[in-house]
Amino acid sequence: MKTLDQIEKDLFREVADINEIPQGAYNFRINGEAVGRQSSANIDVEGQKGGLKITVKPNTKDDVVHIPVIITKTGFTETVINDFYIGDNADVTIVAGCGIYNCGASRSEHNGVHTFHIGKNAKVKYIEKHYGAGPSTGKWINPTTKVYLAENSYAELELEQIRGVDSTERITEAELKDGAKILIHEKMLTQGRQHAKSHIEALLLGKNSVADIVSRSVATDESRQEFTLHIEGDNECRGHSECDAILQDKGSVIATPSLDAKHVDAQLVHEAAIGKIAGEQLTKLMSLGLTQLQAESQIINGFLK
Amino acid sequence: MICLKNLCFKANRRAILSELSLRVKPGEFVVITGPNGSGKSTLAKIVAGIEQQSSGQIILDGEDISELPITERAKKGIAFSFQQPVHFKGLTVRDLLQIAVTGQETFLDPGVIDFASLLAEVGLDVSYLDREIDKSLSGGELKRVEIASALARPAKLLIFDEPEAGIDIWSFDRLVEVFQKLRKRNCAIIVISHQKRLMAQADRIVVLKDGQIAKSGPAAKMLEELEEEQA
Repeated sequence: MKTLDQIEKDLFREVADINEIPQGAYNFRINGEAVGRQSSANIDVEGQKGGLKITVKPNTKDDVVHIPVIITKTGFTETVINDFYIGDNADVTIVAGCGIYNCGASRSEHNGVHTFHIGKNAKVKYIEKHYGAGPSTGKWINPTTKVYLAENSYAELELEQIRGVDSTERITEAELKDGAKILIHEKMLTQGRQHAKSHIEALLLGKNSVADIVSRSVATDESRQEFTLHIEGDNECRGHSECDAILQDKGSVIATPSLDAKHVDAQLVHEAAIGKIAGEQLTKLMSLGLTQLQAESQIINGFLK
Repeated sequence: MICLKNLCFKANRRAILSELSLRVKPGEFVVITGPNGSGKSTLAKIVAGIEQQSSGQIILDGEDISELPITERAKKGIAFSFQQPVHFKGLTVRDLLQIAVTGQETFLDPGVIDFASLLAEVGLDVSYLDREIDKSLSGGELKRVEIASALARPAKLLIFDEPEAGIDIWSFDRLVEVFQKLRKRNCAIIVISHQKRLMAQADRIVVLKDGQIAKSGPAAKMLEELEEEQA
């Protein structure tokens, strides 16, 4: 693997908590090129047109694959298509994420299309962090994540936009068969004049399938966020979605929930709350010795934890 | 020693507190009681800096803290337990207690603190430490966490605004024990309460009426008088 410069190291650390080459399977991508790739005994990482094909063998236990992407070249745009095939009974963690450093006048953009085929009784934890750095306001990241869950499989998606991404359009879709369960936790922070759009959709096809979607966000300065959360229940199933947002300064958020119950035993629930930090919360923390600024930062850090 | 001198507070031109003066010594336990609207909670909030008095002075250990904001008063040693605790999505009980103990944000590591015994005092087990302070906690649990956060403060003056509110009978017994234990600390304690069992713990009971002290005296004598009035 090539030697990384400081900017590259910082980006990889931010998006994938990586300080050195990880054990096991990985693919590191910088400015459109794989700079390091390795398969492991149970996880096969191979190139395919436009991206990667990652295959996890059935019955794999507690394995991890890292596939972070960074862009440091101004004006660079890419679309990456990664397909994941998770074998029956496997248990795997996938660490993705994208970081862009842009100090130029042109826009740098990453479009990632990830499709997961999760086998029966398999368990997947997917961690995706997005981060932007550098003075340019042209750092765009648009992820599309599609998850197909077979019978009794489980997926946990942690989707996080830490900061510094000027524009994002996120699409997350899941289809669940009998007994499958998905947990989606989305966290987002926007600043300046950044814009974020997120659409999350779960289709509960199977009997006793479960979807739990929680989106928490903070919109500061003049940033704008738009959320649409949709759950469709086609069988005896349970779906819950929750969209909470904190507004600061002139930040704005629109949240549009929709529930489509197509079966008499579908139980679907949605909750949403948008507003500034409650005065009572600040007062409580200030009565414990924090300044107002410290109290605000504590509340936001906790909220997006 | 906390010394309140001629405190007045007006809201919408109406006097809520009028020329109220009170001293509470270190180690002294005072219960303030009185009918609804008599100004008890307002008085407690003014002492903690949550409300600002219209006139009058608040002296803590000889220092005039009348104009200090909440944060500064907390740092000077005033702890406050709210009547109606708030939820914090994402913040855990451990986070709140860490802030309470150190007066600093939780990402400044305060080191090892025995939170388990702090929670045990209010009848919660250690599993609550990693619970979020959100709607998953019942009203009673939330209230007990609130009381624990005040107990965690290294305070010269502890103020509890209706600690019994929202607490079930079992927890109330525990609450009485909390105040018995608290007496071992050499700090001033002010409790706003209607509960006779809490009043019975006090050194002194102060009865407010229409924003003024209607009467004040040793707990036993005052309880007797209050019971006679109600009879």
